[in-house]
Amino acid sequence: MRFILRRIGFYLIAFWVSITLNFMLPRFMPGDPISRMLARSQDKMSSEQVQQLQKLFGLDNRPIMEQYVSYIGDMVTGNMGVSISRFPTPVTEVIASQIGWTLLLGSTSLIIAALLGNLLGIIAAWRRGSAMDSALPPLLIFIGSFPYFWLAMGALYLFGIVLGWFPLRHAYDSALDPGFTWAFLSSVGYHLVLPALTIVLVSIGGWMLGMRNTMIATNSEDYITMAEAKGLKPQRIMLRYAARNAMLPSVTSFGMGLGFVVGGALLTETVFAYPGVGYQLLGAVTGLDYPLMQGLFLIITAAVLLANLLVDIVYVRLDPRVRTH
Amino acid sequence: MTTPITTATTEAVKPARVSTRSRSGLLHGLMTNPKAMLGAIILIVFILLALLAPVIFPGNPSRITAMASQEPSAAHWLGTTAKGQDVLALTIHGSRMSLFVGLIVGVMSTIIGILVGLTSAYFGKFVDEILSAVTNIFLLIPGLPLLVILAAFLPPGVGTVIFVLILTGWAGSARVLRSQALSIRSKDFVAASQVTGDRAGWIMAREILPNMASIVMGTLLGCIIGAIGAQAGLEFLGLGDTSTVSWGTNLYWAGNEGSLLTGAWWVFIPSGLCIALVAFALSLFNYAVDEVTNPRLRTVAKKRSVSAPLAGAKETA
Repeated sequence: MRFILRRIGFYLIAFWVSITLNFMLPRFMPGDPISRMLARSQDKMSSEQVQQLQKLFGLDNRPIMEQYVSYIGDMVTGNMGVSISRFPTPVTEVIASQIGWTLLLGSTSLIIAALLGNLLGIIAAWRRGSAMDSALPPLLIFIGSFPYFWLAMGALYLFGIVLGWFPLRHAYDSALDPGFTWAFLSSVGYHLVLPALTIVLVSIGGWMLGMRNTMIATNSEDYITMAEAKGLKPQRIMLRYAARNAMLPSVTSFGMGLGFVVGGALLTETVFAYPGVGYQLLGAVTGLDYPLMQGLFLIITAAVLLANLLVDIVYVRLDPRVRTH
Repeated sequence: MTTPITTATTEAVKPARVSTRSRSGLLHGLMTNPKAMLGAIILIVFILLALLAPVIFPGNPSRITAMASQEPSAAHWLGTTAKGQDVLALTIHGSRMSLFVGLIVGVMSTIIGILVGLTSAYFGKFVDEILSAVTNIFLLIPGLPLLVILAAFLPPGVGTVIFVLILTGWAGSARVLRSQALSIRSKDFVAASQVTGDRAGWIMAREILPNMASIVMGTLLGCIIGAIGAQAGLEFLGLGDTSTVSWGTNLYWAGNEGSLLTGAWWVFIPSGLCIALVAFALSLFNYAVDEVTNPRLRTVAKKRSVSAPLAGAKETA
């Protein structure tokens, strides 16, 4: 329990750091976002919009500490201001309509990559020197070396444009009404294949190699020898004795992997025009929509922190050693 | 009961003064390792291309020299872009900026990682608590979104890209180096050095650091790989300096000019392939360093002769 409380405290600090970063960026960085935005919109901004921005960027002439306190209050209560590019929709509303897509894409690809990668790693370590152990890791390292987005471009080109097997953009057929109908859900699944496939391809190598290397260490433990001496079935030793004890680092990487997927989805979503938070973040950057940009950053960070907290809770269940100190 | 363990640990980490033999062993191991050699050859080719770019393709590579969207031909080996630029010239010139930024960011992040990791491992307690917390926060905040919003607020340019990549890149190496330094910190020869009155900086630089050379090497390579990839991603999103020529900006223009949709595969394949080849070469080198320094990961044939008769028995059974 103390471990979990410590972690929660740590995540709160991390969250506070990202709020503070958000607060400081427009105030202390060179360059003036507001004049850039005004120039861009060419006086089409209403006085309300300008007021919004001035409040957000601290041009309302209050002392800086006062601004800081009220800013933190606003962020914690979810008052993230109003989007400029989609005026007057609140930032939180824009984000809420998109975060589901990112979670769907991220979690699907992460779970598939982690399960498949770990399984391959277990088998490779168990059969040292087999064809799979010697051929697959270099191949996966090679695939993993490709830039995330470039592989996505290649997949889009090959399967979307040349072969025409999969749709080119968006998360579902826009002719369909969103709802729990078979037609809509299958369209969502169909649109999910290519983006998820590229993420899985790039990340599976890391999982496999990590698992393989821990498994090799575990395989030389005395209790494995003991299990073999007892005459247990090799499969049982592999899964229940070796793999089980080699799982822990993979659980930790799962939390890290989530941050990678949520952040990395930015690129995949951009290539496939997948309407998640990453795609929106880029849209906000190009549209100079600073409130939306900051809100998105904060929400993505919060999601990653929350996921890590869940991983910690699982970790405590799995590893009794962290409970003792 | 304790004797075998202590011999094992002194075997694993030798004091700096007698480590010259084991380091030349590392070099020898790398020279005879096929992975390391393949990686080194690929890297040397790219470095040569980058250095010779102004000789091979003199002048500004982004000037328009031919018809737009030409397929690869004898005159333009990799075809032309939708603007009519030569793709091969863009790719070869692009290697300069990509390798340069990758190297600078990789080296700087590793140096910061060494400073933070060693300091926090050596002094421990309060210093360690604070530095570790800062490191972990940087690791936890999702990197790419942070990159994007920093790049959005800072004035665009190569300097911004380098700064932002270092800011988000150092934490990973700091964490790895700290844990390695921590295990060396507890060795007897460090305590001996403290007793003889050596200063903290001296002990860190001369006693601890040389003993983690292979880990430093590994993190450096990892940092460079990460930096080249992150730079390409950032530039692909249009957040770098789009007027410079690099592999990332080549891909940005490829996407922007719709070469994907018009089927001009020759525009986006080369730059991505180059990034992948460089990253692949660096990872090969990295795994080779791992294999040479970690006997457990060596090939099975060697492992069987050294120890673990059971592993051999398992495979014959």
